[in-house]
Amino acid sequence: MTGPARDPGLQPERTRLAWRRTTLSATVVGVLAAKTALHDSTSAAGIVACAGCCALWLGFLLVANRRIRALAATGRPPALPPRQATTAVLCTVAVALCALALVV
Amino acid sequence: MIEFARNVRLWFAPEAVRQEGTTPDYRFSLANERTFLAWLRTALALIGGGFAVDQFLPDLRWGWRVGLALALLAAGVLCSLRAVNHWMRCERAMRRGEDLPVSRFPALLSVVVAVVAVAMVVVVLVGWEG
Repeated sequence: MTGPARDPGLQPERTRLAWRRTTLSATVVGVLAAKTALHDSTSAAGIVACAGCCALWLGFLLVANRRIRALAATGRPPALPPRQATTAVLCTVAVALCALALVV
Repeated sequence: MIEFARNVRLWFAPEAVRQEGTTPDYRFSLANERTFLAWLRTALALIGGGFAVDQFLPDLRWGWRVGLALALLAAGVLCSLRAVNHWMRCERAMRRGEDLPVSRFPALLSVVVAVVAVAMVVVVLVGWEG
């Protein structure tokens, strides 16, 4: 709100909300992963998988938070750094691999 | 394939992207970022669907259940990798002032989702009868 020249198209705000929606989706997937990991039996492997998914979820939140702060810092935020995009995608892929290990 | 390997290197090298062309209007970059996030949400939804098939269709035979879950999870992985690749290609095209890249991935994904959905309907109906 205090940015220098406010964009009438609210592009930074829309992008911030897109990140929020994405973290919400990641949270849903994390809850489903925890349910799957702890449902069948509270085995050691299940607990490890659950902890891994939680760590990946936290990693995703961290990336999203960093980006949201960068978006809010200036009126004309810089483009998304490729490393953040790659980190977010790798967290997603790693959760899918955890799922693979849990389902099979 | 070589092009893809070059793109993968760029995922991890932000400086290399900035060296090309000129910085586009920040609004275009943000729109590209939102598109990337929308694809990432699609990927997360597919992965969540894989978990859901495994958890909420317990009466299915093991093969069907795991097969459907694996199809959804694989689609999620592909979708997320493609999301970052396409974002990078769009970003580079904008910097160079070229046309945005075209892709047949959306059509492919919709066909896969339709096939999985039909398979689920069949499997659930047959499962209920049997």
